Amino acid sequence: MASTLPQNEITARPALGTVPVVQSQSPSTSGSGIRIDIHDAEVRFGELTVLHKLNLTIPSGQFLSVVGRSGCGKSTLLRLIAGLQTATEGAVQFDGSVTSGLRPDVRIMFQDARLLPWKSVLDNVRIGVPGGDRGKALEALALVGLADRAKEWPSVLSGGQKQRVALARALAGDPSLLLLDEPLGALDALTRIEMQQLIERLWQERKFTAVLVTHDVSEAVALTDRVVLVENGTISHDVNIALARPREKDSGFAHYESNILNRVLGRRTSGGAKEGFSI
Amino acid sequence: MKSSTSAKWTNQLRNVGLEWIIPVLTVLLWQWFSSSGWISQRILPSPLSVVEAGVKLVKNGNLFVYIGDSTRRALLGFVIGGGIGFVLAIINGLLPLFEKLTDSSIQMIRTIPHLSLIPLIIAWFGIGEQGKIFLVALGVAFPIYLNTLHGIRGVDPGLIEMGRTYGLRGFTLFRSIIFPGALPSILVGLRFALGIMWITLIVSETISANSGIGYMAMNAREFFQMDVVVLSIIIYALLGKLSDWVAKLMERGWLQWHPHFRKTK
Repeated sequence: MASTLPQNEITARPALGTVPVVQSQSPSTSGSGIRIDIHDAEVRFGELTVLHKLNLTIPSGQFLSVVGRSGCGKSTLLRLIAGLQTATEGAVQFDGSVTSGLRPDVRIMFQDARLLPWKSVLDNVRIGVPGGDRGKALEALALVGLADRAKEWPSVLSGGQKQRVALARALAGDPSLLLLDEPLGALDALTRIEMQQLIERLWQERKFTAVLVTHDVSEAVALTDRVVLVENGTISHDVNIALARPREKDSGFAHYESNILNRVLGRRTSGGAKEGFSI
Repeated sequence: MKSSTSAKWTNQLRNVGLEWIIPVLTVLLWQWFSSSGWISQRILPSPLSVVEAGVKLVKNGNLFVYIGDSTRRALLGFVIGGGIGFVLAIINGLLPLFEKLTDSSIQMIRTIPHLSLIPLIIAWFGIGEQGKIFLVALGVAFPIYLNTLHGIRGVDPGLIEMGRTYGLRGFTLFRSIIFPGALPSILVGLRFALGIMWITLIVSETISANSGIGYMAMNAREFFQMDVVVLSIIIYALLGKLSDWVAKLMERGWLQWHPHFRKTK
């Protein structure tokens, strides 16, 4: 039962070296990712200001991660982009036009899988398919390696399998923006690594814009192009991760990881190293 | 393959056997006590004479007419009362304004024992059908209302939020998330309501009726036909068991996704 990923995904890993080929042909295939501009966004709950004068631009197709201590407003930022939360002031723009409310080309993965226990795995994925086409849902399930579990109830799946079904549901409608709200937080270390690789592979194949909220700096460095740190409701730090994919946990990786972690924790390091990655 | 199915069969047979050991033993003991003269026929007739009375009533056709009359009243009251309770619970569960408006009134009416209304009901409806159906409906409405409302409130808000992000709203959201989420609780209410349905009917039929099982029992008491009295009590027990079985069947059929109700393979 432990070997949850099917063979083809394991063999798919080394093939990631050929990604540039996929990249060169992909812009013409599916609708590419949404470009997001957030201007002076402010979110208040009564007296409490959660986000304050927040500005952020995410280019189309970028994989961005948002890190920060719990309660810093990173989940609220994600909910603002998702349209689950409206800005008290300021605006969110998708591809240059102001947006508000939920959109069919934006999908969210939550920390818990949120599968409907009374629907089969396949029917759960069909929720994400416009029109509910079975074939498309099955295709999406095959993408995450769970086509053979289509008829089962979600309650018999493991935590990692449930999240993979949730990922299939999110990707079944070919979204232009995927929002990930700590979706791997509740998984064990090995399942987590498998899921990270799966998400990275699908992002590389499909070229959607992705925003990952996480408290795990190592995960942010391993997966994403750019890490922003949210402190006191605004972005206090913004780092591009200039590491080639697939990423190995080498000295460059450790450099980024420790620098960002020190920032998050508010620890002072030697000034030189800090200047080294600040942009 | 063959051995596993036969093993399943013997297993099932054993389960059914275990369920019925106590009722069957009770009847056997009862018959033995009666035929050895330890229990007077005037106090408690023997099982055999109850069966004889049943056969006689089947032959003259009255038994099925009475069972039919009682069942019709019970189901009619159940559908009316259950329907009202269900619809009210859904409105109150989904629209907070309505809940504020009606919930405390409903809670007040709920605390009245509905059987205490019998004198009033007889004054209003006489001994006709309406009174009995009214009482059954009143008794059934509250367990359905309370459990449906509880079920709707208990639906995981995370699932509803998920549904909204996938564009489900209005009736689709209700049909695919809220109703199935509330269903386990609704079925608990249904089971309670089925019990209350029979109790209410028995009481109202023994007090005022000119047909039905309760009438049959009261009529038999006047002529001191103890075997018929006991027969009607047994019929009530069987009808109660039957409706419980139907409720269980619904749970098995509709809640297969729930690990608790899944059929053991």
